[in-house]
Parts: sequence; C-alpha cells; structure tokens
Amino acid sequence: MKMEENEIYKGYKGKSLEVLKKFNAMIWCDVEVSTTNGDFIGLILPRSENADHEHIVLKLRSGYNIGLESNKILDIKVNGRKEFQYKIPEKEFPYSPKKPRVKLFGTGGTIASRLDYRTGAVIPAFSPGELYGSVPELADICNLETEKLYGVFSENMGPGQWRGLAEAIGKEIEKGVQGIVIGHGTDTMHHTAAILSFMVQNSPVPIVMVGSQRSSDRPSSDAALNLMHSVKTAADSDIAEVMVCMFGPTSDSYGLLHQGTRVRKMHSSYRSTFRTIGDIPIAMVDREKITPLRKDYRKRRNDNNVIINTSFEEKVSIVYYYPNMNPDIIDSLIDHDYKGIIIAGTGLGHVNKPLYPALQRAKDKNIAVYMTVQTLWGYVQMYVYDTGRDMMELGVVPTANMLPEVAYMKLCWALGQSNDLEEVKRIMLTPISHDITEREPSNGYLIYQGGIPEVEEFISKYRK
Amino acid sequence: MYDFEFKPFEEMTPDDYARVGFMSGLEVHQQLKTNHKLFCRCPAGIYSKDYDAEILRHMRPTLSELGEYDGTALMEFKTKKDIIYRIHHDTVCTYEMDDTPPFQMNEQALDIALEIAMMTKSKIVDEMHIARKQYLDGSIPTGFQRTAIVSVGGSIPYKDREIRLIQMSIEEDSCREASDIGHKRIYIADRLGMPLIETVTFPDMKTPVEVAEVNDIIRRLSRGTGKVRTGVGAGREDVNVSVTGGTRIEIKGVPSIKRIPLLTYNEAMRQWNLLRIREELHKRGITQETFSYKIDDITKLLHKTYYQPISKAIEEGLIVKCVTLRGFKGILTKKTQTDTYFSKEISDRVRVIACLTTLPNIIHSDSYENTLSTSEGLKIRKTVGATDDDTLVIVWGNQADAEMGANEIVERAREATIGVPSETRQALRDDTNGFERILPGPDRMYPDTDLPPKKITNERLDKIKSDVIKPFWMYEKWFEEIGVPEDLRRDLSGSMFIRLFEQCIKEWKLEPKLAATVLIQYPKRLKRRRLDIGLIGENEFRKVFEALKDNKIVKDAILNLLGKIIINNGYSDELIIEPCKNQELENTFKIVKEQISKMKIIREDKREKIIMGMMMRLMQSRINGKEVSEFVNSRNLGR
Repeated sequence: MKMEENEIYKGYKGKSLEVLKKFNAMIWCDVEVSTTNGDFIGLILPRSENADHEHIVLKLRSGYNIGLESNKILDIKVNGRKEFQYKIPEKEFPYSPKKPRVKLFGTGGTIASRLDYRTGAVIPAFSPGELYGSVPELADICNLETEKLYGVFSENMGPGQWRGLAEAIGKEIEKGVQGIVIGHGTDTMHHTAAILSFMVQNSPVPIVMVGSQRSSDRPSSDAALNLMHSVKTAADSDIAEVMVCMFGPTSDSYGLLHQGTRVRKMHSSYRSTFRTIGDIPIAMVDREKITPLRKDYRKRRNDNNVIINTSFEEKVSIVYYYPNMNPDIIDSLIDHDYKGIIIAGTGLGHVNKPLYPALQRAKDKNIAVYMTVQTLWGYVQMYVYDTGRDMMELGVVPTANMLPEVAYMKLCWALGQSNDLEEVKRIMLTPISHDITEREPSNGYLIYQGGIPEVEEFISKYRK
Repeated sequence: MYDFEFKPFEEMTPDDYARVGFMSGLEVHQQLKTNHKLFCRCPAGIYSKDYDAEILRHMRPTLSELGEYDGTALMEFKTKKDIIYRIHHDTVCTYEMDDTPPFQMNEQALDIALEIAMMTKSKIVDEMHIARKQYLDGSIPTGFQRTAIVSVGGSIPYKDREIRLIQMSIEEDSCREASDIGHKRIYIADRLGMPLIETVTFPDMKTPVEVAEVNDIIRRLSRGTGKVRTGVGAGREDVNVSVTGGTRIEIKGVPSIKRIPLLTYNEAMRQWNLLRIREELHKRGITQETFSYKIDDITKLLHKTYYQPISKAIEEGLIVKCVTLRGFKGILTKKTQTDTYFSKEISDRVRVIACLTTLPNIIHSDSYENTLSTSEGLKIRKTVGATDDDTLVIVWGNQADAEMGANEIVERAREATIGVPSETRQALRDDTNGFERILPGPDRMYPDTDLPPKKITNERLDKIKSDVIKPFWMYEKWFEEIGVPEDLRRDLSGSMFIRLFEQCIKEWKLEPKLAATVLIQYPKRLKRRRLDIGLIGENEFRKVFEALKDNKIVKDAILNLLGKIIINNGYSDELIIEPCKNQELENTFKIVKEQISKMKIIREDKREKIIMGMMMRLMQSRINGKEVSEFVNSRNLGR
C-alpha cells in the first residue's frame, strides 16, 4: 500500500499531497482545477523530489507545465486518468559478418538516452537495439554488443567499479573482441582512464572511454557523435591504448583521442573539455577516418595476451597545497592510517616549512609521500631550490610530470601491490603508459590567450 | 463543396470569409527592454554582423515518445544541414554557445512580463516551470528554446467583443538567419537569448483585417509600459490561419502588422485552392491509395539540351531525375496563391528538404515554356512510358540531392490527394507565403532539467501591481471624456509620459488639449527644427509643466522653452522667462504705436498682423498671443 501511494502521488508531500488526496486526484489525472485565481485544465504531473510541498504541477494542453499553489485550490474535478508507461523502442542491431565486433560497457553515464516528455526524466538507452534506435550510424561501423556493468554517476565510481571494469575488459579481450568502448560520466572519466591504464596492461585492442557533455536527449548533444567516434576508434584504429575520446573543438567536427594517463577535464561544461596535458593527443577522429598525431602508441595485435592487475590500496589521499597550510592536515592523514599521500605542490613542487615536521612524521611512519605540481603542466623539479632538497630529505618523492590524479591512482595501485616503499617507488617512477614522459614537446603546452590579435585571427579562421 | 472562388483581396467581404470558414489566431512576440539577456548576463539589444568566430553544429532529432521521429525533426535531419553560428565576443558567451548551463532567469525581464500579463485579466501562474521547446532548424544552438508560462487565459477588448488569450510566456529569442544556401545555413547569434514575451490568442479573428487590428492592440498594450523594445525585429508575429476542411497553418516571423491582411488572405486562398485541387484529383479517381508515380534517371536523354540550368548541371556531372505523376495533367499550373501555382508547393519542398536552393530547381510538363523543346518533352514522355494524362516533374542535382528531390516531389504530390499538409510557412516579400518546414508535433515540449521551478510570490505581484500602467484602451476612453483631440489619442495612450499627463490633468488641472499637444506634437515640431528631442525626457517635461502650473511661464512660451532646453543640454531655471505684467503690455503698445505712426501701411487689412508681430517680437514668449491680440483690438489697432 505504501509503495503504491508513493507511485500515485509521486513527489508530492505535505500540503500539496493533502490537497490531492482531498479531491481524490493523483498523478496522470486529467483535471479541471478551480483556484482563487481562476480555473485551469490539464494533467497532474509527478513533482520533483526536491521541490517544495506547496505546489501541484499541471501540464496544460499546450504542452507547457505550470505550478499551482495548493493553498489556492478550491476544487479538483477529475475527468479521467491515463498512466503512461515509457519504453524505448528497440530495433534489432543489424549483424554483418564482415564488420569487427566491438563491446560497449556501461557504467552509468547517459551516453545514449531518451526523454520522457511528460516528466522530463532521462531514460538511458543502452541495449544494442536501443542504441541502434537512437544512433543507427553505429551499424555502419561494427557489430555492437553491450553490457551494463554499473548504473552510477561518475563521481560515485570507486575501487569496486574500477576492479570490476578491468576484469570485464580482460575477459572480453580473452574472448577476442576487436575493440572496447566504455560509456562513462565525464566528471571522473580521467580518473577511471588513469586506473585502467595501470590495471589493464599490454592490451592488444583499443580501449576507448567516452561520454557526453550535453545529454543525449538534446538535439545539440555531443553524445551521438562521440559515440560514433569512439566506436570507430575501437573498431578500426590500430591504437591499442586506454584512451579518452571526446570533442576536439566545441563544433561538431572531430574528436580527440587522449592518452588515458595524460588527459584531464578542464572546463565544467564545455564540449571540448578534455585536453591532453603536457603532450599532444594520440590522434584525431572523425566519422570517416582516424588521423594519428603521434607515432609512439602501442599498436593493435592479434593475440589475447592482456595483463590484468587490479591491486588497489584505498588509504591514499591527495593534498592540494595552499599557502598557510597547517601541518595538522598531514597529521590528520597520518593519524587516520593513510598509507600514501600525493601532494599537489606549488610551482616546481613546493610546500611551506611548517609542514616539514608533519612530513618527517609521515616518513617515520613509513607513509609514501609523492610530489606533483598543481600547475598541471610541467615537471616537479626539487633540485632547483633548497626547499625542494629539504623535502626530498624528508622522504618526499618527485613524480616528474605525472598529473596529480594520475599519481593518486598509480599510488593506490602500487601500494596495493607492495608495502615496501622502495618497491612502491620503483613502480611509481617506472612509466607504464605515458604517465611519466621523458620530454615535454614544445607544443605540449599551448593555452592560447583570448584577446591577443594573432589568437583572435586564429579563432576567426578555424571553427571553435 | 469547394465551388467558391477567391476574389481579389479588395473585393472579399466578411461573408466571403465566413463562407470559407476563415479562422485566425496570433502568436505575438515582443522583445523586452532589459539590460541583459534572459538566462545569461550578456548585454541585450546590441546588433552587429561582424563576428569573431564561427561554430559548426548539426541538429539531431531526438526520438518522440512513440519511438518515432517528429515530422519536423525528420525533415531537418533529412536536410543534413551544416549549421554555422557567427559569434561576437561582446554579445555571446559560452551560454549561448550551449557550452554552459543557464543562469537564473533575468528578474527585470520577468517583472516586465508580469506587468503586461496583469493588463489582460489573465491568471498569473503561482510557480513557473521552464520548458524546453525543440527547434531543429538550428535557430537556437541548444536545439530548444527555454520558455515558461507566465499567465494563462485573459482577454483583450476588440470592437464589441473580447478576443480570448490562451497564454503568455516568457522566452529567449533565437538567432538571426544570415543565409541558407545548399547544405549550409548561417546564423548570427547576437539576438540569441534576448528576453521576449509571446502572447497567444484563440483563433477568434474572422477576417484578415481583424487579425491585423488585434495584433495592433496586443502590440500597443505592451508598448504602453515603455519597457519593451521597438524598431525592426523587436515585435514579430506568427499568424495561424485555417479554413473549413483545411489545416492550422502557421506563417512564421511576420515582420510587420501591415502585411498581415494580405498574408492571411493568401494563406486562406492557398488552403482553399489546395482543397479544390484535392477535389479535382478525387474526381479523376486519384486518392491517397490509388496515387501512382515512377522515378527515372533521364540524364542521358538531356545531355544535348539547350535549357541552360540542366545543360550546365550535366556538364558539372550532376544527374537529372524525372518523376511521372500519373493523372496529374494540369494540376501543377493550378493557382494556389496570388500569381502562385501548385508547382511552387513542390519546388519549395525540393528547395528546403533536398537543399536544391538555386532556382528554378524543377521544371514540369504542365508548362515547359522557356525550358525544354517540344521534341525533348516528347522523347522523355516516351522513354519513361508516360501518357498524356500524366505530369512529368524534372529535378537535377548530385545523386543524393536529386534522389531526395524526386522523393519530395512524390511526397508533396501524394499529399495533394489528402488535403493541406501541416507546415509552418514563411512570409515572402510579395505577401504570399512559402514552405518553411513541417509543423512540429505537440511532443516537442519537455521540462528544463537545468533550472528549478520559480515561485512567483505575492509580494512581487503586489509591488508590480502598485505601479502597473492601465491598458491603452482605458486611457483612450478617458481622453475622449476630457476632450483630448482625436488625432493625439493613439500616440498619447502609448506615450511613455502618460503618467505625467495624468498628473497634469488630475493634480495640476492643466488643460488636456494643451498638455497632450505639448507631449505629442511639440517634440515633432522640434525635430523638424533639427533639434535632438532625445534630450527631453520626463524630467524636462515635468519642469515645464510645473512652471506653467505655477504661472511662471505662459503656455505660448512652452515650445521655445523646450527648444532652449535642448540647446542648453538640459533644463535650468535661467531659461524661464517670466510672464509680463499688465503695465508692460501697455508700455510695449506705446512703443509699437509710436513706431507704426512713422510707417506707411499700404494694406490696412494687414494692420493687425503687423502690430501683433511687432508686439510679440518685443515681448518674446512672455505673453500668450491671444492676450496680445485682444489687447490690440481693444485699443482700436492703435489708430
């Protein structure tokens, strides 16, 4: 009974629920509502869970929704009720023996979805049939199989999901898949890309992470094109790396394939939010072709010799240093038995002197402390200033040009494999997949500044 | 059933319109005068064709709830257009580019919308829900317009009846289209996101002229607040027209009220004539079921043609398709609108959907005039196996476009057997209309998940109510009662100084005719003297009226005083010239009388005028002319 009541009054609480009950009205009722403000005709809609308790939502005949204040309602006349079941139509994904087999794993992002026009709820489309219904172009590229692993927002991804994903990838590669695509929310896509780069090694096929910055229920969504780009990469490219495939420019033009360990989300909402940091992307991809920008990637192979190593130590933290930081921040981590700390230091990798005693304590407690730079671009250089040398004395290990989030993931992974700090250090400082690079190419740091005439000229010539 | 034939516009009577069942409703869009756009903080109202960058997007249809693509969606997708947005850094931020979620709604815009809603007896909603209304033509980069209902119902008085309103919404404006050629449509994004209101009426208008008049009322109503934009593009309307047996057709983006009568007349005629064509086809036994056609590639048949568009196309490697419409003979030359024929319906579809935008884009056998030779026509007819009763329609383009074009020819011809297809249409310069797109389905509206509902508080409404302006028709009634001359009433009722006028009359007891003339006529006169009347605002008029009320100036001094205010770049007490005292009039008259005694006046009948002129020059705006005239006459013209 309780369950059912939740359904028929979905989202209504307090005063507005009382009013609905009083007049025997519920959601999906076709009603005439008399209020102190006049009469309204429409359909009662469910109310959003976090909205107030004072209004009833009515869908007018014109398709618009309005909210009526419960206190003003004099009468509700119910003229019928029709409950709507919302289902995504499935069309069979065509099979073509000549096309490669691509596996799409879902973790919860709504890379393909459609919308319930009455409630605005986004319903994920995920089965091959559903995906074919929304992005039929996929069938021109490959034979698609899908598997929904999780249904979580990307910020809720954690060690359990990362392990599960790595294992699922391993199994699929053993079965002989030609490419793997992972649908993922964009917020932490680069975290997952980093850990997969460590957990899944020596992959013979492309592993492509993809998401969307504009949800796929919008006509302007980047989802369909991102999906096509990523599936194309998985099916056709010779790049056997863990990659992130997202828009290059904001225009519907081409995607970029970013190395999983060198990529970062750099804008909270832009389509072209993902950028390769300290290097250039592996390749460009559009609907017709893949254009490599680098040559040093691992090539596709015909074997199944993938190495899956899902070791993971959860007691690791990132500390984003700021001037005037007190040592109690580090002490607190030590007191809570953390085994590893990544510091995102200022400039070349610095923290202030008051932190030194805390760092000494960490060293004494056998805690692995690594230094990265919060400038994101550039290398940690702890020899340049005395303070750097002092810190190394305190056991802080510089991580070259590893990105802070990547260093975090790698330390979790390394500490999962060993408690011996020397062994951990060996793992940390051995590049696995461009997580540390020997050199930063001169075009690896290009942040153009708007307003400058030559930049404006460039922007005016090439579509953003 | 459809035996009535449309007469020329001037000869159509209300009875004729009743005969065809003419019905029309309006969607009146009015930009609001705000500093910023509706959902971001970009400046509003700055237009420029210059741009700093371009963005390319494609609009992709989203599935409707029945798992099918909406008609418009499908059409826009078929066209496969590259949509280019031209953006200027000053007027477009990442919100308009659809790269940043919306900010909270502009409160200034909402207040203006609420004020206008209050003037129509409408029901203001308690809680606004922002919706996304899909537009796949690319005119909005998101693919939808953010829009919300402000009020429901209400009405406006017209003649002896009320025109009912369906609703009023507040929404963001779309881009301006710069061009649409082939597979590329270019938009300028400066206007995008500016706040506007849309007032929607029931189809209560029964003749084309009524539609225009009602539109005028709605326009004036919102202008009365002084808080809406004026000028080109600030007010635009969509006009819905239908006739008995026809379909509700929306003519979009009508730029001027003056054009509404002819546009709606032509649309009613078009629908009526399409129904007549259907009747004719049915008579010939051609229905939706029996409709039959064939498509042939006739490129090879025409590679020696002298008809330049096709010979050039073949030279460029394009192909030519021929559609045989069985039994359609003569249909394509049937009239649909003024000087417009059914072939235009087909050509429009081919232009918009197959993107064959260079005209002519089709030719047909109902009239090969100035196109193919008779022998070419016969050769084609023979080759494709058509009879004399069939019509052949020829289209050319690249493989994909020509195929799409041929399919659209078939589609539009098939629709002729059904009636009037649901479309939105665009107003053309000659007051006919052309196909724009298939009418969107009702399911293109869904809630905006980026913004929460917005409660409209009683405090907010009370505050607006305390200062809301009366609708202009109430003012006009009052003007009539107090004797404002008829030719000033319309302008005065829409004047931004209406509140000042009320004060002049009710509080200061000034003469209505005078106050109205000062507010409406004087600025026009000053403008003719090439003075910048923009320098006279409410404050300047107020100073002048206060001076008049306090007898610091005479009424005949007002025009010159306003002129001086402009030249002085603002009001100053020093500009005031005090009225003359009685003794002064006497003294001046003495001087004038002495001067005139030394003059020889040839024409005695001009004597009064001459004396008046001399007096006024000496007394310069310090006395009313009428007073001087009476005085001079009382002294026997100084004889």
